[in-house]
Amino acid sequence: MAESHAILDEHGHSHDEEHHVGWKKYAVIGLVLAIITGVEVAIFYVDALAPVLVPALLVLSAAKFFLVVQYYMHLKMDHPIFGRVFWAPLFLAVLVVIGMVILFKILPTYGVFS
Amino acid sequence: MATAEVHVHTPITQPTKKKSVIWDWMTTVDHKKIGILYGVTALFFFIVAGIEATLIRIQLAKPENAFLGPDVYNQIFTMHGTTMIFLVGMPMAVAMFNYIVPLQIGARDVAFPRLNALSYWIFLFGAIFMNFSFLLGAAPNGGWFGYAPLTSTQYGPGLNIDFWALGLQALGVASIMGGVNFVTTIIQLRAPGMRLMRMPLFTWMTLFTSFLLITALPVFAVALFLVTFDRFWATNFFVMQSGGDPMVWQHLFWMFGHPEVYILILPAFGIVSEIIPTFSRKPLFGYAVMVYSGALIALIGWGVWAHHMFASGMGPIADAFFTISTMIIAIPTGVKIFNWIATMWGGRIQFSTAMLHAVGMLITFTIGGVSGVMHATSPHDLQQTDTYFVVAHFHYVLIGGLILAIFGGLYFWFPKLTGRMMNERLGKWQFWIYFIGFNVTFMPQHWIGLLGMPRRIFTYSADLNLASLNMLSTVGVFIQIAGVAMLAGNIIWSARRGRVASENPWNAATLEWATTSPPAEHNFNQIPTVHSREPMWVEADQVRASTLGPMEPHMHMPPNSYWPIFTAVGVVATFILFMTNIWWMPLVGLVWTVIGAINWAYEPV
Amino acid sequence: MGVGVWGVRSGQTIHKELILATAAVEHHHPVHPPTATGLNTWKVGFWVFMGSETLFFGSLISIYLVYKGTSVVGPYPSDVFDIPLTTVSTFVLLMSSLAVVLALDFLRAGRRNLALFWTMMIIVLGATFLGFQAYEFTHFYHVGLTLSTNLFGSTFFVLTGFHGAHVTIGVIWLLILWVDMFRGKLRPENSLRLEIAGLYWHFVDIVWIAIFTLIYLME
Repeated sequence: MAESHAILDEHGHSHDEEHHVGWKKYAVIGLVLAIITGVEVAIFYVDALAPVLVPALLVLSAAKFFLVVQYYMHLKMDHPIFGRVFWAPLFLAVLVVIGMVILFKILPTYGVFS
Repeated sequence: MATAEVHVHTPITQPTKKKSVIWDWMTTVDHKKIGILYGVTALFFFIVAGIEATLIRIQLAKPENAFLGPDVYNQIFTMHGTTMIFLVGMPMAVAMFNYIVPLQIGARDVAFPRLNALSYWIFLFGAIFMNFSFLLGAAPNGGWFGYAPLTSTQYGPGLNIDFWALGLQALGVASIMGGVNFVTTIIQLRAPGMRLMRMPLFTWMTLFTSFLLITALPVFAVALFLVTFDRFWATNFFVMQSGGDPMVWQHLFWMFGHPEVYILILPAFGIVSEIIPTFSRKPLFGYAVMVYSGALIALIGWGVWAHHMFASGMGPIADAFFTISTMIIAIPTGVKIFNWIATMWGGRIQFSTAMLHAVGMLITFTIGGVSGVMHATSPHDLQQTDTYFVVAHFHYVLIGGLILAIFGGLYFWFPKLTGRMMNERLGKWQFWIYFIGFNVTFMPQHWIGLLGMPRRIFTYSADLNLASLNMLSTVGVFIQIAGVAMLAGNIIWSARRGRVASENPWNAATLEWATTSPPAEHNFNQIPTVHSREPMWVEADQVRASTLGPMEPHMHMPPNSYWPIFTAVGVVATFILFMTNIWWMPLVGLVWTVIGAINWAYEPV
Repeated sequence: MGVGVWGVRSGQTIHKELILATAAVEHHHPVHPPTATGLNTWKVGFWVFMGSETLFFGSLISIYLVYKGTSVVGPYPSDVFDIPLTTVSTFVLLMSSLAVVLALDFLRAGRRNLALFWTMMIIVLGATFLGFQAYEFTHFYHVGLTLSTNLFGSTFFVLTGFHGAHVTIGVIWLLILWVDMFRGKLRPENSLRLEIAGLYWHFVDIVWIAIFTLIYLME
């Protein structure tokens, strides 16, 4: 990667070490994200895995979700209040999805509607 | 008080030109002025909704009445419900959040003052837009919960439902922004030493209400978008011929609609939790439990929505689930009632007008809560649903709960807002007249409902033998009108002639009473440091030394801005322009909004 | 009526002028009171807003899932979805998130050219994603799937359309920031502006992670 020292920050530091660690970690996470996506698509195309398609995809995409939120959005390192104001509504959003699926897709299969 | 004259400073610069008062209010970002704008607007719509209620009751006063036709009746009851909830209940609460919360937590303003102004202007324009429909004779007529397929173009042709869906969409945007603003304000702007568990209960309830606003309103926004797209872009969400399911609307609506009930009542709990300790001369009983029960109500409030839908055939599993969750939510609510009673127990109770309203609220809200537990039981509800019993129930919790608390809060905080006391003698007369009128109106409706009168039907047969109870209910409305007129008179008279108020006329405990009445633009000369839950009882001298002492040297208050009102025009226009039926017209409003937003972002503050 | 009744307060206008005059002395660095948490208020507010957005997209996704398989006429998802194509566009959006963290890192480290490069990469990748979406939408249109064809069309276009609108807003936002960075107005000291735009971008990305799995792969 081309080194550019165009601007140092106000205090004259260049934060070299700090950011060196940063981009490597980010690149690794980017690679992991790409690999998980590849695995997801692979599972999709392998007929033998059809029975586990839904749970496998849910786990894998949840993993991607958490990687982005925890590392790219820095929730892991940041102040816990950011996590609280995000996870609490997200929890409700997941409940909305689960609740609607139960009400419209799962309960009817028990034949209690007729 | 001796410290009443603190701000005697020689102005460094005289204002060069006198700005127009109206322009100042249009561009204000001061949370106190915005709070007053919300309050005055909400009081105006309270009168509008009251007129609508009166028309409904005149129509129902006797059987087979021809005062309003069925078509007008549909419009009137829809707009009465919609107005009371979105244009009265919510903005009244938001008015008090705006005025009181920054003062209670020791802040100079909310976290995002211009966003706050934007919320108000979107709310105002949306409200005007929705009520404009009356002039076209096309007011919304699908009920306040707009059940599909009444909102489809097939069963709801004409502009009526368009006004409803698009107007509410605008109001929802304003509410979400308000919610974000208040959550952030309470997290960020507390005075030094004000830990979370030292915050006044009203601030806590504001936090929970705001949490419900930011979580429930997006669901409603989606539901309204689906209706809007069905009507304008021919989507199929609620079109049954294409497989659309009206139940989807019901679930989405009540997923918003039930948290909405708590959005309305939690502020009332907060107000009562301030009034009762003040006039009992005792700290609130079980402070921590009050906080946790508020949190539980907000959380469980998300899991009870389908108890509005027991009659829709969800099946025994769903019915059982929502019956149980609804009964569970009565527990934290009951805890609150008992804690308020325990706060009064052994206190030196002073029955001021505010306290009368708070105690009255405890009684009527409990009655409404009891009838609520009755139809939490799904078999019971099948008998009661869509009858006047339900109407009686939710008027007991919303008028008897929310509105009485709001009136009480008005008497309580009026001295802070205006620097003058409200007339207590007139206030007590007003309370008793309104309280009696309220009960005369709604108590008979329990029987009217159980005897079989359905709601939302414009008339009823004389054979039902309901004429006398209905007439009694209508008489009650006129008693209520007398009460509201006395309140309006009291406000107007007291704002001009009322006894001048000191900083802390009630000797209350929280920080809003630590500054002048009314507070200066910057609220506090210096932000106080607090060490207790009741700073004005425990450490008043120390707090006053900051709040009324020498001015903090480098204070920065945000200047007025016209970008909020400019941007609000764009936001509301985006929705209104759907009505042109030209697909790109909403984009015009959107571009206007973006121009406003960009200028806003680069405005120096 | 409002102004008249509340006119008691108008005497404070002078007071406000005084405060502003006092503040003007310190105009370059207005003193903002420290916050209760020590955190930046904009960042807290933005996280709260994103919490709210999760409910918006959660509802849209639930509508899609509830109506899945209920269309009474075609085309159905399996007729039109092109998984390899969408995999590529998903990959593009994921990589744009990587570009965000790199851009922010370089901006904070004071490496202006690298920050400019990676910010432009976010914009390019975001625009590429939108291009894929535009292609997909027109393709669906040509095979006879529109908003009003069936429930699949309604739910699919509304869900992915709202997501695409969010991406579009993000692209415009980042373009504005790129210009500011180019003109030297976005610097390490105010990198928070890029951080917040980046949070928004990541949020749009995680919404797509959910959409890709729940809508495309679980057809």
